[in-house]
Amino acid sequence: MEPLKNIESLAYFSPEILLVVFAAAVIIADLLVKNRESELVAYISLAGLGCSLVAILITNSLINSNEPIPLFFGMIRLDGFAVFFKILLLLATTATILFSLRSEELDVKLKGEYYALLLAVTFGMFLMASSTNLLMIFISLETVSLTSYILAGFLTHSPRSSEAAFKYITYGAVASGTMLFGLSMIFGMAGTGDLSQISLQIASVLESGGVSTLSVLIAITFILAGIGYKIASVPFHMWSPDVYEGAPIPITAFLSVASKAAGFALFLRFFHVGFGKPEILQSIDWGFILAIVSALTMTVGNLAALPQRNVKRLLAYSSIAHGGYLLMGAVLLTPEGLGAIFFYLIVYLFMNLGAFYVVVLIANEAGTEMIDGYRGLATRAPLVAGAMAIFLFSLTGIPPLAGFFGKWVLFYAVIGEGLYWLAFIGLLNSVVSLYYYARIVKAMYFETSEDTNGLSFSTGTFALLSVFAIPTIFIGLLNIFYTFSDKITLQ
Amino acid sequence: MSLQHYLVISSILFSLGIFAVLTRKNAISILMGIELILNSCNLNFVAFSRFVTPAETIVGSEVFRFDGQIIAIFGIVLAAAEAAVFLAIILAIYREFGSIRPDEVDTLKG
Repeated sequence: MEPLKNIESLAYFSPEILLVVFAAAVIIADLLVKNRESELVAYISLAGLGCSLVAILITNSLINSNEPIPLFFGMIRLDGFAVFFKILLLLATTATILFSLRSEELDVKLKGEYYALLLAVTFGMFLMASSTNLLMIFISLETVSLTSYILAGFLTHSPRSSEAAFKYITYGAVASGTMLFGLSMIFGMAGTGDLSQISLQIASVLESGGVSTLSVLIAITFILAGIGYKIASVPFHMWSPDVYEGAPIPITAFLSVASKAAGFALFLRFFHVGFGKPEILQSIDWGFILAIVSALTMTVGNLAALPQRNVKRLLAYSSIAHGGYLLMGAVLLTPEGLGAIFFYLIVYLFMNLGAFYVVVLIANEAGTEMIDGYRGLATRAPLVAGAMAIFLFSLTGIPPLAGFFGKWVLFYAVIGEGLYWLAFIGLLNSVVSLYYYARIVKAMYFETSEDTNGLSFSTGTFALLSVFAIPTIFIGLLNIFYTFSDKITLQ
Repeated sequence: MSLQHYLVISSILFSLGIFAVLTRKNAISILMGIELILNSCNLNFVAFSRFVTPAETIVGSEVFRFDGQIIAIFGIVLAAAEAAVFLAIILAIYREFGSIRPDEVDTLKG
């Protein structure tokens, strides 16, 4: 299909446009509302996300599943893949806004900026999921990064939060600079920024001997630095525990789910579309390099999580490990691997956000993020403790919870490609992860605290908690999610 | 000047930027290193665009494509945005820690 021109593209771009319009509306509403306690801006941003979701569903009905629509002269592309990630990111942002409404960390004076930035970062992530041009890839990545830096350091007068933002931007700026250098090399070799042409061009210059395999390898390694930093894969994961610990809890939840999902969207599109041609993959064994990165990522994440005492930091390492599991699917570059990643991302969204919601609740009520603060939670708040146990066991991958089925699909795809050693390492890692997740469960159920007063939560809290807990139990048992994630393809 | 001259200069700039980021003990110097990295990328884009992308002949005259130059302009804009955010965060760091040395801003560990 011919790329659409700018004006024709606007109709297909309506989800993103709505997000920007509502971000501006949030800033204006924040200026007009005098009452600082008012939560109007949060509801406006929720309405914006709702409108955007409707627009996504409408644009989705316009596309034919086999033929993606290139927009804006081929800068971005609307296809089932982009729609899937947009819906996933919207759900994560909605959850983050609901957490923020209940979090007591955030400064009420800065509400307008906070919600406008959240909408802006979602906008950037939408672009990350759909960009098919080197320029667009870099701009979307930077839009997401710059807003995330500000959000991570959003707690004024909190040294931890400022330090988190400082470490985040130092690592992030170097990683994205390195990535840009890699992109410029690819641009030089291919003479074009369009991903689908790059694969043809690079294949032909490699064949004619104009460019050596080594230089392609160096360029892609540089690009992997930028993408690897977004998905927190080893060796670019150093920032993530510190940032996750220092940032406000809703933002930590957001970064661990949405930022990672958007990073994977970019990663998958870049490798499948840009370097999916067998000629390029033959000369360089990408699968093997990525498999080693994947194995290292999950092992480092799980081993570093073992001694942690702060639940936020523990969940940060756990999310590094889950990035490693997801990378197993990316290694394959097959439709089965893709389907497994999509399914795992759905599962991961619910279980990880749920776990972070409990962290928000305990930080509000008990005023601590340490595992010691979870002692005796089973008697003080039985429902919350039960939900936390479900999320943690699902993160470990214990049947019949969703996490088990997510891992099952991933391992199945990996074994189908004959990478037995990688599946074995993944299995060992799941066993190791049981130890640190179970430590929190042990503190909740088998230890007692001096403070035995029951914690009281509102009905809304329980409703939101069950929104995460119920899917975590049932997603794996329902067939519809498998068929749904299998149907999405990437061309 | 040939393409190689530009590529050598941009590689030197890039290496100097990485060196500055790794060795400097002051947040502002780190920011300067990052700017060097971004500028080396811009130089690369413009050089590649001038030497590699083919000129098209439109109505009898040679017309160059400006893809790389456009990317470089966006690169400059994003570098400016990044510098603004970085400086704001350095201010916040100075207010909380009374120092902008990265090795003194290190309470989160483990």
